[in-house]
Amino acid sequence: MSTAVKADNLEKRYGTKKEVTHALKGVSFEVERGELFGIIGPDGAGKTSLFRILTTLLVPEGGQAQVDGYDVVEDYREIRKRVGYMPGRFSLYQDLTVEENLKFFATIFHTTVGENYDLIKDIYEQIEPFKDRKAGKLSGGMKQKLALSCALIHRPSVLFLDEPTTGVDAVSRKEFWEMLRKLKEQGITILVSTPYMDEASLCDRVALIQTGEIMSINTPEGIIRDFENPLVAVKADNMFRLLKDLQSFPGLFDSYAFGEYHHAVLQKENQQQELQAYLQEQQHESLELQQIKPDVEDCFIALMKTDS
Amino acid sequence: MRTLLFLLQKEFRQIFRDKAILRMIFVMPILQLVVLPWAADYEMKNIRLSIVDHDNSPYSQELVHKITASGYFLLNTYTQSFADAMHEVEEDRADLILEIPPRFERTLVRENEATLFMALNAINGVKANLGGAYLRTIIQDYNREVRLNWVQLPRFNPETRIEIVPSNWFNPFMNYQYFMVPGILVILVTLVGSFLTALNIVREKEVGTMEQINVTPIKKHHFILGKLIPFWILGLVVLTVGFFLSWVVYGIVPVGSFVTIYVFAAIYLLAVLGLGLLISSYADSQQQAMLISFFMMMVFILLSGLYTSIDSMPEWAQLVTLLNPVAYFIDVIRLVVLKGAGLSEIRQQLLTIIGFAVVLNAWAVFSYKKRS
Repeated sequence: MSTAVKADNLEKRYGTKKEVTHALKGVSFEVERGELFGIIGPDGAGKTSLFRILTTLLVPEGGQAQVDGYDVVEDYREIRKRVGYMPGRFSLYQDLTVEENLKFFATIFHTTVGENYDLIKDIYEQIEPFKDRKAGKLSGGMKQKLALSCALIHRPSVLFLDEPTTGVDAVSRKEFWEMLRKLKEQGITILVSTPYMDEASLCDRVALIQTGEIMSINTPEGIIRDFENPLVAVKADNMFRLLKDLQSFPGLFDSYAFGEYHHAVLQKENQQQELQAYLQEQQHESLELQQIKPDVEDCFIALMKTDS
Repeated sequence: MRTLLFLLQKEFRQIFRDKAILRMIFVMPILQLVVLPWAADYEMKNIRLSIVDHDNSPYSQELVHKITASGYFLLNTYTQSFADAMHEVEEDRADLILEIPPRFERTLVRENEATLFMALNAINGVKANLGGAYLRTIIQDYNREVRLNWVQLPRFNPETRIEIVPSNWFNPFMNYQYFMVPGILVILVTLVGSFLTALNIVREKEVGTMEQINVTPIKKHHFILGKLIPFWILGLVVLTVGFFLSWVVYGIVPVGSFVTIYVFAAIYLLAVLGLGLLISSYADSQQQAMLISFFMMMVFILLSGLYTSIDSMPEWAQLVTLLNPVAYFIDVIRLVVLKGAGLSEIRQQLLTIIGFAVVLNAWAVFSYKKRS
């Protein structure tokens, strides 16, 4: 398999001399052809800047990048012909109908809706009953499907999706990832960025990005495998006091609130009993304690901790 | 070519779907052309006058009668106390005070001469000036009549007198609508050409469609032409609607040929479209574009010669008007509509506007980038 996207030490700064925001600090990664690659990081990590560079909307200040074998600075014209880009914000013509939008994008890519209909069929069929409705009047989920159809209409070899599931309900999110799976089967390389850690497990490989730097690139399983410390979920009646007490436990590496439980990362194996005894000493009522498997979010938090 | 046609189709679709823009393009010109020329009247009417008459003689009565019969003045108060009249001015109920002194009639008959006092409220300078001038003319007229009653003038006036009777060329009745209406039409065409274009493009930036378009292989010149051509056509449509209206409402038919006007308008629109494009490439939001446009429009209108003659401006302002495309079109449209100028007479303005079109468009295209 060859490389579809290659980024090498990409740099981007915003702002004037006085106040410079370093959006990307030397980002490098490679995406294989036909891969579903996730870029995962919180807001402001540099995901959108990275996507805008790869889709030739932004010129990087340093480093190089190739998409489908073409340089993003030199051969931007070629890249524009063969990538699909779906920005985080809905940006189709709100005053044109669903069908007109699709036709419009097909035409400016010098193709027709019919030519690549098989590719978007599954997605477009769901919004076809509303094809005479103006795009601005669609619901959030339908807008997203239309945007995806428009980004796919010219059969791109690489598809860039910038936070496609932000602000979308849980059912639509699930559906959306299902669609991406199917597209991947058609051989399209997909780069998707998301702030939701739970979506990482749906990608083939993920890059965890934080403040303009990539902390780790691996398969979701690999990232979890790299998490070496034992992880314990703790629960008690007084959760606030519990967190404070956890932090004063000598054998602790890190602890943080995690939904219903607090997660405690321990320094060594077999410290669980020790911790239980310690917490009982502090007289916590209805204490629950169990060893759990880490997920990507735990890994992300751990990586942030080691970095800083 | 197919792409361009498709872009045009899309653009027209959007324009005709946007009720607000349609209203702006068609209703606004109609309203402005029908309403504004009546309101933007140079002639001063309804000047409110307070007369202080200390004389109360037949002569003073006759003078008052003559003034009120002129139609320019509204008699606000007729009193015998100057303080009363002054109070009216202070309360902004009167613009002018005319004081007729005691024994006005007697002095006039006996000494062949009498003085009147006129006080002007100069807060509204134009009103005061014009009102004063009108009043003076009426009084002079009155003066002559009085003399005629007394003296049997010889057949030939013993003293040499020069009387000036002006004759207004090209607009014999000095109908201000004849030169205001074409001027307003120019402003409308400018609005459609430059500011609607700018707003339209900036809206694409704001909504994000611009970015979506930028990742496509669409060519820069296709995109720009796709934006300019619709508004170029709309500009000419507005001009046509405007001429139709000014014929129906004001009976204005250009003395010169429509060909001259449309040739100039076609090139003029290119220049203002370039301006719109330029604004759009520097503005990031519709608010910014609106503010820039508003500021420029103010300057364009005030320095265009629409309301005040360019020749009476200070020299530096006259130099500034050389950079104002609106001033050239107003000049040309008046020349053609009133005087019947042909292409060869407006050669100079035409060449200048071609220059504007080239410079503005080149600048705009240069500064429009598909990437940052």
